[in-house]
Amino acid sequence: MAILTLTDICKDYQQGKEAVRVLKNINLTVEKGEYIAIMGPSGSGKTTLMNIIGCLDVPTSGTYVLDGKDLKDLSDDALADIRNTHLGFVFQSFHLLPKMNALDNVALPLLYAGVPQKERRERAAEALKSVGLEDRMTHLPNQMSGGQCQRVAIARAMVGKPDLLLADEPTGALDSKSGSQIMEIFRRLNDEGMTILMITHDAGIAECADKVYKILDGELHTGDGKGGSTDEEA
Amino acid sequence: MRENIALAFQGIWSHKMRSVLTMLGIIIGIAAIITIVSTIQGTNEQIKENLIGAGNNVVTVQLNQNGYTYDMSWNSIPDGVRVVTDQTRQELESIDHVEKVSLYTSRNYAQQVFYKNTSFNGEMYGVDENYLSVYGYQVKSGRGFTKADYEGCRKVVLVDTNAVTSLFGGEDPVDKTVEIQGDVYTVVGVVALSEEFAPTITSMRDYQLYADTSSGAIYMPDTTWPTGYRFDEPQNVAIKVDSTDAMTTAGKAAADLLTENQIVDPDNSEFDYRSQDMLEQAQQLQKMSESTNTQLIWIASISLLVGGIGVMNIMLVSVTERTAEIGLKKAIGAKKKRILLQFLTESAVLTSLGGIIGVVSGIILAQLISSMMQIPVSISPPAIVIAVVFSTLIGVIFGMLPAIQAANLNPIEALRRD
Ligand SMILES: Nc1ncnc2c1ncn2[C@@H]1O[C@H](COP(=O)(O)OP(=O)(O)O)[C@@H](O)[C@H]1O
Ligand SMILES: [Mg+2]
Repeated sequence: MAILTLTDICKDYQQGKEAVRVLKNINLTVEKGEYIAIMGPSGSGKTTLMNIIGCLDVPTSGTYVLDGKDLKDLSDDALADIRNTHLGFVFQSFHLLPKMNALDNVALPLLYAGVPQKERRERAAEALKSVGLEDRMTHLPNQMSGGQCQRVAIARAMVGKPDLLLADEPTGALDSKSGSQIMEIFRRLNDEGMTILMITHDAGIAECADKVYKILDGELHTGDGKGGSTDEEA
Repeated sequence: MRENIALAFQGIWSHKMRSVLTMLGIIIGIAAIITIVSTIQGTNEQIKENLIGAGNNVVTVQLNQNGYTYDMSWNSIPDGVRVVTDQTRQELESIDHVEKVSLYTSRNYAQQVFYKNTSFNGEMYGVDENYLSVYGYQVKSGRGFTKADYEGCRKVVLVDTNAVTSLFGGEDPVDKTVEIQGDVYTVVGVVALSEEFAPTITSMRDYQLYADTSSGAIYMPDTTWPTGYRFDEPQNVAIKVDSTDAMTTAGKAAADLLTENQIVDPDNSEFDYRSQDMLEQAQQLQKMSESTNTQLIWIASISLLVGGIGVMNIMLVSVTERTAEIGLKKAIGAKKKRILLQFLTESAVLTSLGGIIGVVSGIILAQLISSMMQIPVSISPPAIVIAVVFSTLIGVIFGMLPAIQAANLNPIEALRRD
């Protein structure tokens, strides 16, 4: 079952007077349970693609179907709902709220989902435990290492039980040891059935995924590493 | 909402200095308004208390000619005005809230009154048996008028304490004799306002009495009055009512009744009866003090406006600073309304806090002014509530633009900034 299908997705950015096409006719299908990495050099359009998949941005043209639903013309608030319930985000620079402790950071998406406080805390604590941070619940982000912060971010992404985990350069700001810890967690999550879409410019990290796509100048190519076929050949 | 308020306090606390500076405009504005309102209120209450009195609710209803009090010192008996009858007195007594009615004749400028070689130029009254109790006068020494005095039309007078000073040079006047219009009268007693009404001013005359600008007054029984003055003078009326608030309406009703009954052709006469309404006079005085203070309030409002703009400015800065926070919240599912509310709450809490601090400083300032300049102050709870609500409103109004900006922030732009 396809979790998401991108068909002929294009994205233009206005740069000065001319429009620059950053994504060119992207076609991509992600099946439930897949663990996909998208690799590409800096400026190739990875984040732009991720933003569209993450419902943070809308494509200039093309269709995007998520969980069987065409996302065209949805309101900002409807998109916020989809992000809240269907998607989990992990960013390169963690994006934890600096004044909140780990537990409150993790519980935040549940607040927006309208989950009562007691249940929020229980589920957040559980999520932190699953990334091995049960003894860091009351720590503030600046009292934790980068690797720990990213694990908090993963707990936050997973706490709402999303259909798809999106990670934009999740190890980009980490040392290799912390990076591989994160990759271990991703591996385990995928083994438990989580669908993961990860972006990276690091070939070593991309190898952790089951399937690798390459993006170059806004065009998506099937990777030469492991994995199966794509809709597109270059 | 509770979470928003907690967040707001957190935000304000983490930028203490900035928050205080931002609130300053609101604090100053609210403090100024509270101070001004408290002084207005205090002054008004003092005016009211002085002019109307706290307990002695007397309205004087006097004969007027073309809108001016008719004083027989220089005038003859007015044409077409009847003497007040017992029938009319009873009607006056049956007006709502009226407790007691007194009829009296008077001269504002007594002439031909001497004690030895001193001449008296105070006021002269011919009073009925109710007069002293209506106005709250007590006999300080000697005696009051007796039934026999009235029935025998005896030539006896009472004097007030000012007359004791001006006419008798401070000597005890009891049993002394004075010459009035060529006749000899015996002073039987001295009267003064009774203690419970002592600082109370019930009429302009009393006001002058208290201000010690008057030479005082001499009273004789109204039955004796024609001996020195004239028969059939139309009387003035003093009515005592049961509450301060009833003074205006009871006074008007009495004046209308007297005009109707005593003036032969009320529609075409230049005479009518008017109540000397102290409440109305007090209100006029109050209006005067209010209008000057309204201008001050306008000036204070400008401070509030400037304060509001300051709040808007700081909130805009705060939104910019917290772009990453807002972006992240939106990315993980916060809707526009939630972000909007968060920032509106923060600015409203900020200005409300400023308002509360302003109210407290205003009260302190008012007390200081009161004790330093002997201006009475009265802190009114409604003013405090309005001030705080108003400052909250300022926060909501001036926080609207920054909050909308925050709510409409594009999460991608926000997350891009690292
Ligand atoms: N908001 C924007 N306006 C204009 N150009 C943009 C904008 N966002 C990204 N770009 C451009 O699009 C290209 C792809 O950017 P991005 O997707 O961030 O690349 P990557 O994540 O692969 O490094 C870059 O050339 C970048 O300059
Ligand atoms: Mg990128």
